[in-house]
Amino acid sequence: MSIQSEDVLKIAHLARLGIQDEQVESYASDLTNIMGLVEQMNQVDTTGIEPMAHPLDQVQRLRPDVVSEKNQREALQKNAPDIQDGLFLVPRVIE
Amino acid sequence: MYNKSLKELSISLQNRDISSVELSQYFLDRIKHFDGEINSVITLNEDAALLAAEQADKNIQSGKAGLLTGIPLLHKDIFCTQGLRTSCGSKMLDNFIAPYTATAVSQLEQAGAVMLGKTNMDEFAMGSSNETSFYGGVKNPWDLNTVPGGSSGGSAAAVAARLAPLASGTDTGGSIRQPAAFCGITGIKPTYGRVSRYGMIAFASSLDQGGAFAKSAEDAAVMLQAMSGFDEKDSTSVDRPVDDLLDHLGDSIKGLTIGLPKEFFTDDLDNDIREKVEAAVDALKSAGANIKEISLPNINLSVPAYYVVAPAECSANLSRFDGVRFGHRCDSPKDLEDLYKRSRGEGFGDEVKRRIMIGAYVLSAGYYDAYYKKAQQVRRLIREDFAQAFKEVDIIASATAPSVAFSAGEKKDDPVSMYLSDIFTIGVNLAGLPGMSVPCGFVDKKPVGLQLIGNYFEESRLLNVAHQYQQLTDWHLAVPAGYEKEV
Amino acid sequence: MQWETVIGLEIHAQLATKSKIFSGASTAYGAEPNTQACAVDLGLPGTLPVLNEQAVRFAVKFGLAIGAHIAPYSVFARKNYFYPDLPKGYQTSQFDKPIVGLGQIDIVVDGEIKTIGVTRAHLEEDAGKSLHEDYQGMTGVDLNRAGTPLLEIVSEPDMRSSAEAVAYVKKLHTLVQYLGICDGNMQEGSFRCDVNVSVRPMGQEEFGTRAEIKNLNSFRFIEKAIAHEVERQIDVIESGGKVVQETRLYDSNKDETRSMRSKEEANDYRYFPCPDLLPVEITSELLDDMRDSLPELPAAKKQRFQQQYGLNEYDSDVLTTQRAMANFYEDAVNFADAESKLVANWVMGELSAGLNQHSLTISTSPVSAERLGGLVKRIADQTISGKIAKKVFEFMWGSESSADEIIEREGLMQISDTGELEKIIDQLMADNEAQVEQFRAGKTKVLGFFVGSIMKQTQGKANPQEVNKLLQEKLKE
Repeated sequence: MSIQSEDVLKIAHLARLGIQDEQVESYASDLTNIMGLVEQMNQVDTTGIEPMAHPLDQVQRLRPDVVSEKNQREALQKNAPDIQDGLFLVPRVIE
Repeated sequence: MYNKSLKELSISLQNRDISSVELSQYFLDRIKHFDGEINSVITLNEDAALLAAEQADKNIQSGKAGLLTGIPLLHKDIFCTQGLRTSCGSKMLDNFIAPYTATAVSQLEQAGAVMLGKTNMDEFAMGSSNETSFYGGVKNPWDLNTVPGGSSGGSAAAVAARLAPLASGTDTGGSIRQPAAFCGITGIKPTYGRVSRYGMIAFASSLDQGGAFAKSAEDAAVMLQAMSGFDEKDSTSVDRPVDDLLDHLGDSIKGLTIGLPKEFFTDDLDNDIREKVEAAVDALKSAGANIKEISLPNINLSVPAYYVVAPAECSANLSRFDGVRFGHRCDSPKDLEDLYKRSRGEGFGDEVKRRIMIGAYVLSAGYYDAYYKKAQQVRRLIREDFAQAFKEVDIIASATAPSVAFSAGEKKDDPVSMYLSDIFTIGVNLAGLPGMSVPCGFVDKKPVGLQLIGNYFEESRLLNVAHQYQQLTDWHLAVPAGYEKEV
Repeated sequence: MQWETVIGLEIHAQLATKSKIFSGASTAYGAEPNTQACAVDLGLPGTLPVLNEQAVRFAVKFGLAIGAHIAPYSVFARKNYFYPDLPKGYQTSQFDKPIVGLGQIDIVVDGEIKTIGVTRAHLEEDAGKSLHEDYQGMTGVDLNRAGTPLLEIVSEPDMRSSAEAVAYVKKLHTLVQYLGICDGNMQEGSFRCDVNVSVRPMGQEEFGTRAEIKNLNSFRFIEKAIAHEVERQIDVIESGGKVVQETRLYDSNKDETRSMRSKEEANDYRYFPCPDLLPVEITSELLDDMRDSLPELPAAKKQRFQQQYGLNEYDSDVLTTQRAMANFYEDAVNFADAESKLVANWVMGELSAGLNQHSLTISTSPVSAERLGGLVKRIADQTISGKIAKKVFEFMWGSESSADEIIEREGLMQISDTGELEKIIDQLMADNEAQVEQFRAGKTKVLGFFVGSIMKQTQGKANPQEVNKLLQEKLKE
């Protein structure tokens, strides 16, 4: 699968990654090479094989419904780039 | 002092030949002296370390000490440490101080270990050479022109240069074993689910697993023992008792069957490396092990499958770095999209961006079945290959990496060739098996690693085989030139 | 042209758990911003989700209540998109393997029963809230709600009118409260509704292009929004345009729907199984447990009320709409020695009127089921008349006393003693000979005069039946 510059721009937008215009081509070529490696998977027929998401066949453990967390807003917001009145601030979102 | 085993250090502490404060200061001094050229440590924890060492000394005095009490160590900068920066090797987290401590780190803290600092790593653990770090590449102490491997290259280089007796690492596709091999030390990645992932910044959640670097299998066993165990905060943590990893270190390996996958011994393997690995296998044979050729028919698809699964998971795992609640935020964003794109564009390096893009691509509409689902199916085939093999053998052995440490810059601009440096290690992560690397000789004065793979939850047997090998050889005791001196 | 409306609904019911779906933070409503958003809810690096058992149990309970298939294994998936109120950059939801499969719900519209298919119901986490008040030109993000468990209930496109849609929503609204899995508070957003609306020429099989109207938080708005959207779509088509698939917002002030985003971009959510969570197994123990815990459902209860208590359909319906009301009724019947019809009259009459007047609910009723039952019991055994009972009820409203205590204290016991009543009647006849003559001459209407006088004299305590009987006898003599 050859990845074109417009594919790179599309994926970069999906992933909200700002990339430099002059880098688009080189990303396209890197990604094309990587996808070439990935496509070696097609050497094997996997018809009827159940996809495997986890290495161990375990099931989800359930947590009792107990409130165990206290308010730690101050500590948790120490890393926040912009806060006011306990809110995280972002550029205005228009709906 | 720097080359003493954990047991010897522990006895010295118990006998008060040395205090933990002195021992910690000793290694802090080594870091300060040597790390300028190696660049293995991102953040030093000097003051807090000495306080912790003081406490350890008190505990030793009052007889409340275990094997790790007062022992200094380093943590890969992927583990969150409350109050001390956790950067994950990224500009994105250059200013991030976690308000909690990773479970694995707390458990070591509970056991009395003293954290000296945080080690350098490939950005978000994505890399095999440690060249993608925001804090600059790490140099391999055996040859400063070569890379230490990655992504846990800082931890491996630090232990190799004897800057600390122990260091933690994480392994998603070989990130403990490959740097251990390149740096001539011992590294172990346990079974998936054995060490809690809570507080360990996720790269690829279904593959990531924390583990240990040490000079020897015995030391690694002590550290892994303390890190392991069930954690209710991690849904993928396995609720089953941890074996006593030291208990079986003395066991004979007579009658044990060691499998050699023929797919790992093809012409692609460097001849000199093959010789070293075969010599190591011979040593195990001389100790009574049976050697058997086995086949892992789909193992050659592990790198392709991995480069779908890992990027897909990372593309979502790294979405939280958006400049809103923590981490890098661009200057004066003009709107929301600008905030996202510039914060992430500036905060992440090229390799991280490549992997996020691959992940977004393979999951995007129309491609899921061809790539993601296919990779998950291949993943099952690979796991079944291993399951089949472990019906016949107890341990699988191979080279850890297809080459010795390569030169800095050599593969930096060729992602695919970089990815292929993990061809022997990646299958183990896809299957979730425990694996380790032990030094087994030198090629061109650079260390070679022997990879040992065990069946699920058989860390004890794995460590025993490595330990028995280290009783017969002394490759693991070799110290890189220039770092044997006291400072 | 004749147009047919096609409606499908997605309902988000917040599950009434104490803690969040993947963390131990509280789900209580109305806290200060971000004081109930823990490290996991904020998506801080290294944090991991662990699934809340109660959320799973509630989802299973719902599935059983609509006769749905419960998946033995269901899988959480990540739905990827960027938004400030979505901390991790993905919503943990369920995609191709939801916990609840196909089920159904009956609604009644214009006396006709219609079955609506429920495609699926799945567990997911709620997002936080963006506050658009002006913070120096910025938007504020409060993540208290992030991670609150939601059950998203998706219907088939089976509804053909806004009346059907509203009936379906009301039915579900009642059901989730009945089951005790959601508080149903629409103002606080505990029960939210997205409506998919399309129109097609009558008789056409193929569906038209649909528009989704988001977050409708009252039954009235649902009805109005659908009506307006249908009108809009027909206008668009009839004037030669095309309906575009988009998300629209209902503006209750202007009473219209409008497009939510100026440039609608194609969503590509890149769903994939969440690697931090394992498949959720529903064991037969859990299923049995939930089956046992299942309360009687409204439809079954209504039917039982008709049979067991001899009530008509209307009364049964009113009494079973709210679970608390039904419980109150059944308790009161018990205390009233099974005077079921009389109790129904009292609950739906005096009690409901009193509650309405004071803006109270059945759960905050000042008169308990036990006291109301005690009152009805005394009407039934003729200790007091219905009229006196209303007086007693007023006393009960303002006190803690039982009916018996009030009757005793106020001397309201009914006079049924024939001897005593005869004495009163004899005296009355002697005092009013003219009226007696009138009666005997055939003017039977004067009977009312006698009854009224006796009641006045006894302050209403005379047993009316007894009075009537005795009067008839004596006047005819």
